[in-house]
Amino acid sequence: MKYLDEFRNADLVKNGLEQLHKITQHPWVIMEICGGQTHSIMLHGLDQLLPPSIELVHGPGCPVCVTSLELVDKALAIASRPEVIFCSFGDMLRVPGSNSDLFSLRAAGCQVKIVYSPMDAVKIAQLNPDKEVVFFAIGFETTAPANAMSVIQAKALGLKNYTILVSQVTVPPAMHAILGSPDNRVQGFLAAGHVCAVMGYYQYHSIAEKYKIPIVVTGFEPLDLVNGILKTVELLENGENKVVNAYSRVVTEKGNIAAQAIINSVFQDVDRNWRGIGLIPMSGWGLRSEFSQFDAEKRFQVDDIMTRESEICLSGKVLQGLVKPNQCPAFGTLCTPENPLGATMVSSEGACSAYFRYSRVEEIIK
Amino acid sequence: MCLAVPGKIIEIFASPSAKMGKVDFGGVFREVCLEAVPEALVGQYVIVHAGFALNTLSEEEAQATLDAFRELDTLEAELGIDDGFAK
Repeated sequence: MKYLDEFRNADLVKNGLEQLHKITQHPWVIMEICGGQTHSIMLHGLDQLLPPSIELVHGPGCPVCVTSLELVDKALAIASRPEVIFCSFGDMLRVPGSNSDLFSLRAAGCQVKIVYSPMDAVKIAQLNPDKEVVFFAIGFETTAPANAMSVIQAKALGLKNYTILVSQVTVPPAMHAILGSPDNRVQGFLAAGHVCAVMGYYQYHSIAEKYKIPIVVTGFEPLDLVNGILKTVELLENGENKVVNAYSRVVTEKGNIAAQAIINSVFQDVDRNWRGIGLIPMSGWGLRSEFSQFDAEKRFQVDDIMTRESEICLSGKVLQGLVKPNQCPAFGTLCTPENPLGATMVSSEGACSAYFRYSRVEEIIK
Repeated sequence: MCLAVPGKIIEIFASPSAKMGKVDFGGVFREVCLEAVPEALVGQYVIVHAGFALNTLSEEEAQATLDAFRELDTLEAELGIDDGFAK
């Protein structure tokens, strides 16, 4: 068992799809929260194999997309300083700020480095004691343990030249925001499997009850996605508002307690501004006061920032599932992954980029 | 971003600041932080995101999911159902 190929087996996926076609009797709108799932759905063409009455809408689960413009501008201001080595996940580099992006700064000679892990940024800080190393700590609950661990490591190593620019967001408050909106169309949720790997799914029972909606913890491989959709439709057709785990090889109800302890030791709940959506109360994490020496916003005073968002881009509506990417007038013409107007066209999890990369030709013509 | 990849632990070692390990991702090897999977042993599979192991994988649960989808097929063959879906 290698836990990958087995879950990409076409015959098993077809079995699941057959079953789904058999049980689906009504039209249903289901949201996958996580942008990684959006990409997997489009990559494997699952959207076109579902019963036509099932509509998948794509959620805001793309940390690159929802990182506020103000923080992107702050990142650009910090990365422009000559004493700074600015480290980031690769996805963030092309995200447009008000006037520039990290790629352009790198082209202009600033030290912007792509890292796979925040702990790699700690190593860079160790190797460059005469430089300030800043890591752009974006992410949902999945990335929080790694981001927190980098701070714990930096503290243990006595590093004075490592800070993080935090843009940690959390899923449950976003689900409340979507379900509480008067425009909401979502009738069932695929919960993000790797967020739940860390946090468990005990927090979702109250959401399912409050909004009378089924929630199914779902993985990322084609079989996982079909499994998640199948279980959601079963619950919808039976009128059951339950939380079900369809990713049990990775996720347990309580999640990973050790990882949660690592997060809680470094971060605390804060309000976060979501790009394209707005302020959601207590929807993210910031550094605890005892770790404030690792806070890049405190070390580099970058407050006087005037943000300016593209006037054409509909990414906010895309992130809330109100508009499909190809319904935007700029899609594929004014806005492409090479020249993005919004972050949803940049990220390997953004819905616009998924449509641009994988959508079959007829989808685009429609 | 929230993608995480399963890999097999081939070595566990202590660094000054954390429990670390070497993980084999189908022939690509990387150092991974094992701080959140204290029970993990060499030879076990973990699911890794951004250099951090989020959990160990349950072979039993994985097998149960695969079996459920295999059974869908057997059930249909037994009942002689064919809805014309290409196989």
